[in-house]
Amino acid sequence: MALPSPEELKAQIEADVPGAAVRVIQNGSPSAQHSLLLDHAHARAVAEFLRDHAEWRLDYCSLVTGVDWPDTETSEKVKVKKLVKAADGTESEQEVDEVRKTKVPGYLEAVYHLFSMEKKHGMVVLRMRTADRGEGTHLPSLTPVWRSAEFQEREAFDLYGIVFDGHPDLRRILMWDGFVDYPMRKDYVPPPDDAPVTTAQGTSLEVRS
Amino acid sequence: MADDLKELKIELSKNGIFTTTLEEIYNWGRKNSVWPLTFGLACCAIEMIATTMARYDLARFGAEVFRPSPRQADLIIVSGTVTKKMAPQVVRLYNQMPEPKYVIAMGACAISGGPFRDGYNVLKGIDRYIPVDVHIPGCPPRPEALISAFMTLQKKIEEQALAGADRPRHLHAELPSEFPVPEFGEHGLEPPANLDVFHDAPGNPLRVIQ
Repeated sequence: MALPSPEELKAQIEADVPGAAVRVIQNGSPSAQHSLLLDHAHARAVAEFLRDHAEWRLDYCSLVTGVDWPDTETSEKVKVKKLVKAADGTESEQEVDEVRKTKVPGYLEAVYHLFSMEKKHGMVVLRMRTADRGEGTHLPSLTPVWRSAEFQEREAFDLYGIVFDGHPDLRRILMWDGFVDYPMRKDYVPPPDDAPVTTAQGTSLEVRS
Repeated sequence: MADDLKELKIELSKNGIFTTTLEEIYNWGRKNSVWPLTFGLACCAIEMIATTMARYDLARFGAEVFRPSPRQADLIIVSGTVTKKMAPQVVRLYNQMPEPKYVIAMGACAISGGPFRDGYNVLKGIDRYIPVDVHIPGCPPRPEALISAFMTLQKKIEEQALAGADRPRHLHAELPSEFPVPEFGEHGLEPPANLDVFHDAPGNPLRVIQ
């Protein structure tokens, strides 16, 4: 049996895992790989449900990665009525265009790709989002469900700073232990010795500043 | 060797008398038995291996004996990308080699960071921490380029004076044969470069003019 569509998966999960809230994230590209956004509290239960489901048996997690969505700013033009002073001193109410900016806080995201070795089908994409990019970068670990997620969750922790609660051995995996930055975040700034410096030969050379 | 001695030598050889000097014969022996360290870092190492195999045959230059221990090696070929995490180990291997020792920085990564220069994890050239004798550009350099670098190194060894002010580093007792191993800092390697060997070195094209 082939895998059902993400919408059907969502309906089945919400019916069988009590309390689970799943959102389908649409992928507008031609690949149309829509994904399921899980809530933190039920992520582990949903993962176990997908793994143990008799017909789906999503027993293989092939990839875990992080995504950084930085804070964004959206601006829209709004027509506002305002008192405008004319040159001769008289005030009149006129419609004026005003740009309103709204700040959308960023977040970090973990993406899981699931396949079934037993049923030879896939792929189902799971997503989880952190509360923000500062203090609340916690997500539930899915390593207890899929052992193959262990090193890749460590990688996402190392490079993005996503803290996976429930991970058996959450340490940095590529960078050294004393390293404090998260180099794959969009706002990462390399240390000053890596910054370009102008020399007699040009600006491409980099030396200690 | 002084020019008049050279002339005398040529004159003698014209008359069927072969002469040599201790310096010549000593350097001739050294340059023809440069034993590299068995040490590869990335894709350049594959080209280095190819250089040693039958088609390119580095053995023709007396360098076929890749030593598994730095204690027995004369040359370290830094063949490939030096990540910041690997850099202390490369410097440590170099420090463990006995003098006289030589370094070939092979490929774009080893000489400058190459395509990874703008990344967060790659050292921007091994010459930040150890003195490099020959740089080979290329990504990766072909075996011919490594052979050319090797012959350049042989020429360099051949011309080294055993005495006098311009004798090489290993014959100056006061000059260091070991260099500080960088440490892992909070944002990168500490220090980011050893200024004694990096851009303060005379003739170094990376030298900063301030």
